Amino acid sequence: MTEASPYRLVGARPEPEFEMLVDGRPVPVVPGQTVGAALHAAGIRIWRTTRFGERRRGLFCGLGVCFDCLVTVNGEENLRACLTEARPGDEVTTS
Amino acid sequence: MTGHDAAYDLAVVGAGPAGLAAAGVAARAGLRVALLDAGARVGGQYFRQPPDGFHASRPGALHHGYSRFVRLRDGLGDADVLLGHRVWAVEPAAGGGFAVHCLKGGRERATTVAATRLLVATGAHDRVLPFPGWDLPGVMTAGGAQALLKGNLVVAGRRVVVAGTGPFLLPVATSLAAAGARVVGVFEAGGRFALAPRALTRPGKAVEALGYGGRLARHRVPYKGGRAVVAAHGAGELTHVTVARVDAEWRPYRRGHETVRCDTLAIGYGFTPQLDLVAQLGCEIGADAAGGPAVRVDRHMRTSVPGVYAAGETTGVGGADLAELEGAIAGRAVVADARGVPAAGDPAAVRAEVRRRRLAAFADALLRAYPVRDGWTSWLRDDTPICRCEEVPYRRVREARDLGAADARSIKLLARPGMGWCQGRICGEAVARLAGEDPGPPRRPIAQPVRLGDLADMDERTSDDDA
Repeated sequence: MTEASPYRLVGARPEPEFEMLVDGRPVPVVPGQTVGAALHAAGIRIWRTTRFGERRRGLFCGLGVCFDCLVTVNGEENLRACLTEARPGDEVTTS
Repeated sequence: MTGHDAAYDLAVVGAGPAGLAAAGVAARAGLRVALLDAGARVGGQYFRQPPDGFHASRPGALHHGYSRFVRLRDGLGDADVLLGHRVWAVEPAAGGGFAVHCLKGGRERATTVAATRLLVATGAHDRVLPFPGWDLPGVMTAGGAQALLKGNLVVAGRRVVVAGTGPFLLPVATSLAAAGARVVGVFEAGGRFALAPRALTRPGKAVEALGYGGRLARHRVPYKGGRAVVAAHGAGELTHVTVARVDAEWRPYRRGHETVRCDTLAIGYGFTPQLDLVAQLGCEIGADAAGGPAVRVDRHMRTSVPGVYAAGETTGVGGADLAELEGAIAGRAVVADARGVPAAGDPAAVRAEVRRRRLAAFADALLRAYPVRDGWTSWLRDDTPICRCEEVPYRRVREARDLGAADARSIKLLARPGMGWCQGRICGEAVARLAGEDPGPPRRPIAQPVRLGDLADMDERTSDDDA
């Protein structure tokens, strides 16, 4: 089977990527992607640790319902990574 | 563009198939319409679109019925489309009509939209059931995996298991496979052919189902019924799942467990309608065909509260076709009510009503064909998290029951499931079922977390003055 990809499937010609900084580390973003999607695409699936059991979390519902994927973006706390569109130069911090 | 005069004839909350159809009908009839959605693009979950930055030449490749979406999107007339608006509360306004309180944009600034009439088309989210390991990274909802793909062109994982119950598992599996994931299995806890006899009553749906079947076969994806993922495993991240053969009540047989290696599990046990806004307004809420909560509407999609309409999954989970039709019916009713004329009468309305009944009957049959069976509770262990937010293990829920908590509300007060960030949206179904109840309507004073300052300012703001 040929190498299938979502880009090939929809015939995407994405604009050049920009970078956001996640805990100081650059992560590429296709314009319009959410913080959570860009993290996933970069192979980062874990970015939060729970208060009590120190369980590791990332995207779960992916629709803004579960609040597992909370991040801080440019100092704004408790934003849902799955809903928040990444912007060039965003500084994302995780907890 | 909202400007200073933000008083609309109709505010539609939710820009999925129902909201798009309603807003289009009302706007084309000359009403001033605001269509609000939390997302960055219209379409809702079903017609979720990738950002323009991808310049997709075949944007319909991931969607069933894409041409319908294009027609809905292009038929919005002069409706104001207010994207990135997360509605956290609606209330009757002092001078009549409704105030729709939103958080706007990436930084979530508060804003309020005023409208004479309100249509709630907020859709549904995946229903999930707890099981050991379900909070491991790599386990996500089927809808979440679909949203990553449709909305961001990101494939959730390399080796993916799709599991749960209901026909939605099929499009999730086929689109993941088409986008390059290795889908190692689709496990349906109910019967694999629970749907089959019913599908014959809707030939279009039977053809659609055959299409998914063919695509699964082409990607060599096994689709097995009477199988459930009863545990997920991994040291800090998902590496494999246990799939059990289950009986008709979803209790695992002693034999027939298999271990399936995967980095991602997409799980879904049907859908839960998002009823926060209709519940806030005091709209009467009844039960759908499977006992789940759904807002009651008359045949013009009017709720029990004058001026408030509902369409789509909020009135009972029924899929995109039914949602679109209900939206159009609601839009016509809003136009008629605004003009003070009867909502029914013309032949088009009669045809719509006949079609709605047919689609609703099929939706009810689906709900009855893919119920959640009680045996899922036998998958739980003492330390299985029930509430992900407050990290409440099954043991504490059982202790609460042993202490005499006989209903979901008492369990919640004693053991705290459902008291965290998500306010029970994820675990509420499970807690209700563990209490032996049918899942009830939500009782949340706000539909999105909001800063206290915005709450304090609420009364002082009636129009959007910072646009």
